Amino acid sequence: MKVTLTRRYSFSASHRLHSDAMSEAENQSLYGKCNNPFGHGHNYVVEVTLAGAVDPATGMIANLVDLDAYVQKHVLADFDHRYINEEIPAFKKIVPTTENLCIEIYNRLKGFAGAKLDRVRIEETSRNSFEYSGNA
Amino acid sequence: MSVEMSEGNIADREIGVPRDDMVTITRKIEFSASHLYHNPAFSAEENRRVFGKCNNPHGHGHNYTLEVTIAGTPDAKTGMVLDLVELKELMEREVMQRMDHRFLNYEVAELKGMIPTCENIATVIWKLLEPKVRQGKLQRVRLYEAPDLFADCVGDIPQRKN
Repeated sequence: MKVTLTRRYSFSASHRLHSDAMSEAENQSLYGKCNNPFGHGHNYVVEVTLAGAVDPATGMIANLVDLDAYVQKHVLADFDHRYINEEIPAFKKIVPTTENLCIEIYNRLKGFAGAKLDRVRIEETSRNSFEYSGNA
Repeated sequence: MSVEMSEGNIADREIGVPRDDMVTITRKIEFSASHLYHNPAFSAEENRRVFGKCNNPHGHGHNYTLEVTIAGTPDAKTGMVLDLVELKELMEREVMQRMDHRFLNYEVAELKGMIPTCENIATVIWKLLEPKVRQGKLQRVRLYEAPDLFADCVGDIPQRKN
């Protein structure tokens, strides 16, 4: 039996799905309204899951105060109320689908020292969600 | 043409392609309880630093949401992995009666000597339920302390029969 701890965060940001590898017509056909040149926004929910032994002295896998500070510094401060395509360097060349967002946020959080990062799950809207557990 | 059926083969003929697919069922309940975080081995200052406002000596409360998931193969006769009524009674007996409207530090024997964090409460619930699941296998215990915080205990995924 494995124990994990999950914390949910949220941020609001805009993005545009557009790939330079495709023509305007192909982009329009593939991404539809998500290809709108002005972008559009979502309230994203990010679930961060940590795994590891529960410390008998604290009863915790990791101290949530530390996790909150880490996520605030490495994710929320950069992403909240931003245009992802223009303001997050990683997405200058990569399409900011929520799949790619999961990978980027996972990579930003995997250095958290308090416990092992198990997975990142992102809800782009209440009707779709994406999950990434690293490439190990 | 009449077909004779014994009780045993009704399920096989009418419901019953062999049921070797693994399915999970989940039941959710809510309970309310209070707790505090305090380790007597720590100094007062250390307790405050590590546990923050959760160290308030009077305790504080949450509305917990518990999701219990059982995995198994639907029974050929009943179509059920485990009768939900049985699961409901099990969760009522083992969790609700023990923890609902209780001060977890002082009133739940299984938590004595432990800090009643989400991780530890979920683990205690797993240990209470796991040996008592008669049909199927306990697959996951998910305990929400608040909508933005939960702990999971996850078991090995049962193997398909064939």
